[in-house]
This record gives sequence, C-alpha cells and structure tokens, in this order.
Amino acid sequence: MDLKDKLLSSFIAFENNVDLDHPVHEVRSEAIKNFEEKGFPSKKEEAWKYTSLNGIQKVDFSIFPKKENTLEYKDIKKYFLHEIDTYKIVFIDGVYSSYLSETTHDGVDVCLMSAALTKPQYKQVIDVYFNKVASKDESLTTLNTAFSKEGAYIYIPKNKVPKKPIQIVHLATGNEAALMLQPRNLVIVEENAEVQIIERHQSLTGNEVLTNSVTEIFAAKDANVDYYKVQNDENTASLIDNTYISQKDKSVVRVHTFSFGGKLTRNNLNFYQNGEYMDSVLKGVTILGEKQHVDHHTLVHHAQPNCESHQDYKGIFGEKSTGVFNGKIIVDKIAQKTNAFQQNNNILISDKATINTKPQLEIFADDVKCSHGCTIGQLDEDALFYLQSRGIPKKEATALLMYAFANNVLESVRIPELKTRINKIIANKLGVRVGFEL
Amino acid sequence: MLEIKDLHASIEDKKILNGINLEVNAGEVHAIMGPNGSGKSTLASVIAGKEEFEIKKGSLALDGEDLEELDPEERAHKGIFLSFQYPVEIPGVSVTNFMKTAINASRKARGLEDMPANQMLKLIREKSEMLEIDRKFLSRSLNEGFSGGEKKRNEIFQMAMLEPKLAILDETDSGLDIDALRIVANGVNKLRGKDNAIIVITHYQRLLEYIVPDFVHVLHDGKIVKSGTKELALELEEKGYDWIKQETVV
Repeated sequence: MDLKDKLLSSFIAFENNVDLDHPVHEVRSEAIKNFEEKGFPSKKEEAWKYTSLNGIQKVDFSIFPKKENTLEYKDIKKYFLHEIDTYKIVFIDGVYSSYLSETTHDGVDVCLMSAALTKPQYKQVIDVYFNKVASKDESLTTLNTAFSKEGAYIYIPKNKVPKKPIQIVHLATGNEAALMLQPRNLVIVEENAEVQIIERHQSLTGNEVLTNSVTEIFAAKDANVDYYKVQNDENTASLIDNTYISQKDKSVVRVHTFSFGGKLTRNNLNFYQNGEYMDSVLKGVTILGEKQHVDHHTLVHHAQPNCESHQDYKGIFGEKSTGVFNGKIIVDKIAQKTNAFQQNNNILISDKATINTKPQLEIFADDVKCSHGCTIGQLDEDALFYLQSRGIPKKEATALLMYAFANNVLESVRIPELKTRINKIIANKLGVRVGFEL
Repeated sequence: MLEIKDLHASIEDKKILNGINLEVNAGEVHAIMGPNGSGKSTLASVIAGKEEFEIKKGSLALDGEDLEELDPEERAHKGIFLSFQYPVEIPGVSVTNFMKTAINASRKARGLEDMPANQMLKLIREKSEMLEIDRKFLSRSLNEGFSGGEKKRNEIFQMAMLEPKLAILDETDSGLDIDALRIVANGVNKLRGKDNAIIVITHYQRLLEYIVPDFVHVLHDGKIVKSGTKELALELEEKGYDWIKQETVV
C-alpha cells in the first residue's frame, strides 16, 4: 500500500476517535476529499519541480504511534532554549507531554489544540479562525487539516503580552520504525497584543520521521508577532512546514527560519496582508551539508496599500546538499505604495552542491517599490584578504566569513539567548573557533 | 628591512607598478604620496600579498627573505601589517574575539601556545586606552556600523595589538576629523621604535604633520619619481601634483 492509500484508510480509523458532530469534522471531511483527489504533489508541478516526495511515499510510516512514550528532561534539555524561562508545549511522538510542558490560562491561552477543538469555551474562536487562512486546495495542507487534532493553541487577547516566550517542541523517540506526524497549530494575536514563539521538531534516533505541519497565525491590528523556526534535525527526518499568516492594519509579523539539518525540509511560508501600514518580515539562514535538502517557498500577498515586506534568506551549501528558494510577491492593483524587498544570497562551497533560486513577482499596482536580488557566489576576495592579512589562515578566514555572511540575518532576532544559541550552531556548522566567553 | 627592487606588478594584464625601488630600514618612517591612480594602494596590497596582483618583474624581500611566494597570512606572521583604506565588516565577530583569533593564529605559526586569557585582556585594555577606545566598542561586531573614523581607529588598535615589524598605513587619514586624526597619529607614534618601520600612504600632507616621516616618496604612473625628506611633502602641498607630472614629462 502506498502512503496515500494508507493515509486514506487511516482516516476511517481516525474518525473513531473524534467527535463527528463537531463542525470542525465537516472541515476535515472536505479536506480529505481534496487530498484524495490531488494526492502528493509531483515534480511535474512547478512548485515542486526541485523537491521530490517520491522517496517519502515509499516509506511505511505509522500514522498513529502505537503507545505513549516518555522522556527524561535531562536527556532532551539541549533541544530547548533552556537559558531562559518559557512556556512550553511539548509533544512526544505527536502526543502531548504534560510532564515536559508548561502551559497557561493566566490572561492568555497557551495550551492544546485538542482542547480548543473539543471544549465549548473555545468554539467561538475556532469558528472564526480555524482553517480560515490555511489553503483549502493545497494537497499537503488539506492532508493535515483532515487529520487535525493536536498541536499548539495560542490565544493572546487584546493588549496582552505573555510573561515569557513560548516554545513548541515536537520530539520523536524513534520507538516506531517510521512515524508520520501532523501537528496543527493555531496562533491568534489580538489587537495591540504581542507574542514570541520558538518552534522545533527533533528526532532522537536515526529512525525515519515525516512531519507535515500546518500553522495558522492571525495578527490583528497593531499586533506584534515573532515566530522562530529552528530546523536542525537528524538526517532521517523530513519536514513539510506549511505556515499561513493573516495580518491586519499596522501589525508586524516576523518569521525567522533556521535550517541546519534534516533530510528533506520544505517550508511553505505564506503571508496575506489584509490591511494597511503593516510589515511582514521573512528571514532565513540555511546551512547544509551531506545530502540534505531544504526548499523555501515564500509568498507575500500585498492586498492593501501602504504596506511593507522584507525578505532576506542566506544559504551556504556544502557537500551534495541542495537548496531551493522561490520567493513569490503579489501586489494587487489597489495595493499602491507597497514596499516589497527580497534578497536571497547563496554560497556554494562544494562542486556537488546545488541551489535553485527564483524570484517571482506579480505586480499589478503602478506606484510600488519592489526590489529583489538573488546571488550565487563565492566569498568576497577583499574580505578574505583582510582576514589573512591579520594572520588568520585562509581556511579559518573562509569559515569566519561564512559565519559573518549567515549571521547578518540574526540582527532582527529579538530573544538574545536565542540569538546566541543560533550563533553557536552556525559557528559549529562552519567550524569557526570564536570564543563566546567575552 | 624591506627591500623592493625594480618591482613591476599588474592586475588582469593592466600594468600598475612600473619599476618601484624602495628600501626601508628599521626605525624609519617613509611617506608615499601621489595623485589618485598612481599605484599607492596597489603597492600596499602587493607588499601585504594580495593574490589578484601579479608580480611581473623585480623582487620584494623582508629581512633578506623573498616574499613573493608567501601567502598574506604568512607575511602577517613575519610581521607585515596593512591598515586598510576600506576595512571589511564582519557581523557576529566581536573586535575582541577577532583580535584573539588573529593573535593566536600568529602565535601558532611561531610555535607558541595561545596567549593566556588574562594576558590578552590586559593587552586589550592597555592598547584600547592608548587609542581612547571605549570598552563597549570592543564587544561590537568588527567594523559593523562603525563610522569612518571608528574603522580607522580600530585598524590602528589592531596594529597596536599585533605589534608589527613593518606597518603600512593606507590612507589612514581619510575620513578622520582632526581630533580622531590626532588620536590615531599619537597611537602610531607610540608604536614607532628602533626595531620597526612604518610606511604611510597618503594623498595629503595633513597626516604628516602628526606622523613626521624620515623620507617622502612621490609615486606617479607606478614609479617613484621623486624622493626627499619631509620638506618634499610641504612642497607638494604647495605646488600640487601637476608640478610632479610636468617635471616627469620634462
């Protein structure tokens, strides 16, 4: 049985464990129909030209974990940003771990999607927001929607700021030979509210894991959202991340994606601007080696006047790794005075590494500023000479420059401890020996 | 110390240096002046070992050792230092960490252990005070967001830390206001000694009022067309570079 058939038959089993009368189930039923019709995307589709899901479909994934698993915090501490106090929503093999989590209902809701999808007090919010910005025809998103049951639910009411950042961590124990996970997150940030979220998917063994995740984020007027994705997984873990963001007037949403590992990673990051005077920020650092593959597909849809978007993705590709950047910007006819910037710079450090980069601009308004630039290149010779002239050998100087190249993107990270952590990961990846004690 | 004989150098087959002869001895300060495009910065880069320049003819030696085959880092380990006209920005690497990396790389090349941390801190404190550099400045990313003056002051700070045998200052005065110029020049003067030498490359005479040279050379079309003492700089300031150009033609 191939993966599609397995998923379709699993849906029947899935229905035994959910409330079929809940309005959300109608959404799920619609979604599974769409997936049944479309199936997994193939390389014939333009959006999937450079990323093949053929290998994944041959794996015999468990769709539901067979038993509940537990983990000791000390064994997995390193996957958390443990230097600061945070709320935590932690899942082990897709199942919520109350022992490792720290949720809250104190003024804000930082809790579980399973609660939000079943308990009456959330019904009103679910009716308004659930599956409202996520695509209803993109097949992998609808696959997730069909199985949507668990994940993080974050609701920040008007004028509220949570006391601390929130970490969403998905751990895979490897107790199953191959496991598929489909977390579903919903983040609602009301007027003039703020939130900082860090998300990580981590496999703990070399067993195969496939995660098909969907996150919907709603930023109301004057809301401020920082979302950090840390992707540094094992070489047997694949991630398809589908993130959909709806923004209203004067809101600012920044998404940083740090891609340092995993076998196959696909980031579908979609911003829909439904108001004026807002800013969407998309930043990424990708550093790959071995046969790793990362595909960033971004979309920024400017639908109203006077808005900005800033995209800056940097990539360093070694060994036989492959990267894709496809940045689509749509500026509707009424979206005058749009400022849309897009930058994608790449360095290939191996003859066998590949990057495919493509800006895709569809501009229907006439009074806009849109700039885009893609580069694929080597390091700046002048900079290399500068470091060598200070006595730093060429090999170390090269590593130091790559470090600087990637680090540039971290300026906008607003959690200093996270910034330091990412700095260290980058330094390790590139073999840079710079002391951090000073 | 530095011996340059009939040096010809090109970049992509474009001849820039056309037979430079220059001898710099320990304890001396030489100024190299000349109009834009005369080859001043190229000469500095060739001495420091920038690869894109090709030496076509002539020789370049430090303490009798031929430099041509040495990489820039090897030349640095032998005591050559170039203060850049346009220092490079390195985000994410603090001035302090950069200096530690540079100093320990040189020590390693000389077969020495890493400098102990307390000694390093003491050295950093001492040299930053000399150049009136704020401690906060040292934890900032190297050259990132520095003003022109800060970049130049930082170059001289690096020079002070590395204590080179031969320092080449390429247009260190450009972008400096008068106060910064004085601080930088004081710093350089404190580093003058009987065992080291300095080559000051400048377009204007202004810097030479503070760093007084023993010799002044005028570069034109990739050649030294006139040499003299510090008075030559004043004469140049007064008469302009056209004077040299005319003389050369005659």
